[in-house]
Amino acid sequence: MSLWIDGLSWVCLVAGGAFCVVGATGMLRMPDFYTRMHAASVIDTLGAGLLLLGLMLQAGWTLVAVKLLMIAALIFIASPTATHALARAAMHRGLKPLLADEEGRPSKP
Amino acid sequence: MFAAAALALLVTLVLTLVRAALGPTVFDRVQAANTIGTVAMLLLAVLGFLDGRPEFLDLAIVYGLLNVIGTIAVLKYFRHGDLGDAGESEEAVR
Repeated sequence: MSLWIDGLSWVCLVAGGAFCVVGATGMLRMPDFYTRMHAASVIDTLGAGLLLLGLMLQAGWTLVAVKLLMIAALIFIASPTATHALARAAMHRGLKPLLADEEGRPSKP
Repeated sequence: MFAAAALALLVTLVLTLVRAALGPTVFDRVQAANTIGTVAMLLLAVLGFLDGRPEFLDLAIVYGLLNVIGTIAVLKYFRHGDLGDAGESEEAVR
């Protein structure tokens, strides 16, 4: 494997892992369910995308790369669907988003 | 480098587990469970490369399929209180 492909794969893997940790930190620290959902989408898009891209660069043109592409397609189709259903279910159950009042301070949940 | 990615994914799993344990509403827990499923898929794929056993990717695909079906089923239950509910039309929601 050429050094360039290896280095690019390394960068993708580390960046994907970093985005996963950032998204999880956001899920832990955000004040509201809807903002936490926003933080979780970082894991599903950038984290998963960069990690799978890095693995694909390691695999080269093999069946393993095709399977990784299938996993990526599954995540990119299923995860927004699940998030959309989650938001609709929460709104249907009457969970109110955390909004700022007139002075700009966040209101109490 | 695979070990670094696996370590980052493990940290992500721990933080998400804390949210699932703390989560004030049931939707927080469902969201955390969904994210844990996604991260577990990625961890399975990375572990396959770490061990040099690419068969783990098949497990990751099956896990992802089960994860999305489980999330949708749980959400339908919490929204309607019934898994066999037909749902409602788009106008009725608004």
